[in-house]
Amino acid sequence: MNIRRLVLIAVPYLWLVALFLIPFVIVVKISLSDTALAIPPYVPTFDLSGGWDGVKSYFSQLDFDNFTFLTEDDLYWRAYLSSLKIAVIATVATLLAAYPIAYGMARAAPEWRPTLMMLVILPFWTSFLIRVYSWIGILSQEGYLNQLLLGLGLIDQPLKILNTNLAVYIGIVYTYLPFMILPIYATLEKLDQSLLEAAEDLGCSRLSAFWLVTLPLSRPGIVAGCFLVFIPAIGEFVIPSLLGGSRTLMIGKVLWEEFFSNRDWPVASAVAVVLLLLLIVPIMLFQRNQQKQQEAEL
Amino acid sequence: MRRRFSWFNATALTFGFAFLYLPMLILIIYSFNGSRLVTVWAGFSTRWYGVLIHDQDFLNAAWVTLRVAVVSSTAATVLGTMAAYALVRVARFPGRTLFSGMIYAPLVMPDVITGLSLLLLFIAVGLDRGILTIVLAHTTFSMCYVSVVVSSRLVSFDRSIEEAALDLGCTPFDAFRSVTLPIIAPAVISGWLLAFTLSLDDLVISSFTAGPSSTTLPIRIYSAVRLGVSPEINALSTIMITIVTVGVISASFMSKRSLARRAADEQKAQQQ
Repeated sequence: MNIRRLVLIAVPYLWLVALFLIPFVIVVKISLSDTALAIPPYVPTFDLSGGWDGVKSYFSQLDFDNFTFLTEDDLYWRAYLSSLKIAVIATVATLLAAYPIAYGMARAAPEWRPTLMMLVILPFWTSFLIRVYSWIGILSQEGYLNQLLLGLGLIDQPLKILNTNLAVYIGIVYTYLPFMILPIYATLEKLDQSLLEAAEDLGCSRLSAFWLVTLPLSRPGIVAGCFLVFIPAIGEFVIPSLLGGSRTLMIGKVLWEEFFSNRDWPVASAVAVVLLLLLIVPIMLFQRNQQKQQEAEL
Repeated sequence: MRRRFSWFNATALTFGFAFLYLPMLILIIYSFNGSRLVTVWAGFSTRWYGVLIHDQDFLNAAWVTLRVAVVSSTAATVLGTMAAYALVRVARFPGRTLFSGMIYAPLVMPDVITGLSLLLLFIAVGLDRGILTIVLAHTTFSMCYVSVVVSSRLVSFDRSIEEAALDLGCTPFDAFRSVTLPIIAPAVISGWLLAFTLSLDDLVISSFTAGPSSTTLPIRIYSAVRLGVSPEINALSTIMITIVTVGVISASFMSKRSLARRAADEQKAQQQ
C-alpha cells in the first residue's frame, strides 16, 4: 500500500474514529457512571495518574444502576413505547398520504415528471425547523384552520389540535412526506404498463389489477419509504417539542430534558444507549432490505 | 401505451402539493401582515422585515450560522470525497467494514444521540464549546452524506478512462485532478450543497455543541417559536424559503443546460 493511499484512507477513518466512535464509547461509559454534584457532573472520572490500581478501582465503580433506574421509573418505558407507537402510526399515515401522490406523479405526462419531482424535493431543501413551525400558526386555537372551520360554520368551538399527539402526526407526515414519495415513485415509474394491460385483458377490473399487480410490484419502494420515515421518527425531537403537548412522550424529548433541564448526564446517556439498541433492529432490517434490492437489480 | 390522465391522479396531485406548499405559502403571506397578532390580517406591510434587519442578535446568529456552514460543508466535502474514494476504489484494507459502518451509521443516528455523544467528547478532552465545536460536529455528520452521494457517482463511472490517463503517463494525482474530478464534480457539488443545507438547518446537534457566545440561527428560531408564532420569524422564514427556492431552481436549470450542451457536443463529435 503506498503512502498516498494510506493518507486517503487514514484521514477520514481517523476523523470518524475520533468524532463518531470514541464519543460513543464515552456515552456508554458515562451511562455506567453515577450522577454527582461536580463538574463534569458524574463519577468516577478516568484518571491515569492512579496507575493500575486506579484503573481497577475505576472499572469497579461502573455499574448498571442507571439502566435499572430506567426500568424502574415507568416514565422511560412509557416514553419508549409511545415513541414506537407514534412512529408506527405516523409511518402508516405518511404511506397513505404519499402513495396517491407518487402514483399520480408516475402517471403524469413524461414532460411533467421532472417538474413534479422538483416540487417534491424542494421542501426537503427548505429548513426542517421552519416547516415544523409553519404548522403552529395553522393548528393553534386561534389558528388559520380553526378560523376557517368556524367561518364555514362547521364547528362552533375551536378544535384543540396544537399540543396534542395529532399535531405530532401531522408534523411527521408533513416533514417526511418526500422521503416516502420518492422511493415509491421510483418503483412505480419503472413499472411495466403492459403488465396492467395483460391483467385487464385477462378480466381484472382496474381496482383488482391495482391490488394484484401494481401494489405488489411497488412493495420495494413502500418498504424503503417506511424505513426512511420510521427510523428518524422514533428519535425525533423538534416535532414533539414544538407541536406536541406536555403529555406527548417521545424518547428524543425525554433525553433532551434529562440533559438540559435535569442535568442528569448518566441517565441521559443510558437513555441514548437504550434508544440506540431499539433502533439497531430496524436499521439492520433496512440494510438487509437495501442489499437484497441491489442484488436483485444486478 | 400510457393510460389517460385520470381524475383520481389529478386530485391526488392537487391535494398532495397543496398539503406540501400551503403551510409555507401561509407563512409567506402572513410575514407581510402589519399586525403583531399573527393570526389577524391587518393590511400589507414590510414592517417585520425592518425589525429583523435591525435585530442585532439575529444578525449575529445568521453570521455564525453562515460561517459554520461554509467551513463545515467544505471540510465535509473533502473528507467525504476521500472516504468515498477509499471505499469504492480500495477493495480491501484492515477495518474496512468498520469504516463503511461509520459512514452509514450517522445517516440513521438520531440527532439527540449524535449531539449528546459529541458534547461528552468535547467535555472529556476539555475543548471549550463554541464555533469550532459546532464546525467539528457538523463536519462529522455531513461528511457521511457527502460520501454516500459521491460514492454513488464513483460506482457508476468507467474506470478505464482513469487507467488510460495513468497509462499515458499521468501521475495518480494528475489523473485524479484532470480525469476523475471533472467527472465526479456534479456529485461533489451536490454533496457540498447538501452538507451546507444540513448545517444551516441543524438545531439539535448545534444545541448540544454550541457555547453561550455561538448561538446559531436555528437555535434562535427555536427559542423564539417555542412560545408560539412570531411575525419576525415569519419574515425570516420567508427570506430563507426564497433563497432556497431560487438556489434549487437555478441549480436545476444549470444542470439541465450542461446536460443539453453535453448532448449537443456528443452529436457534433459523431457528425465529424
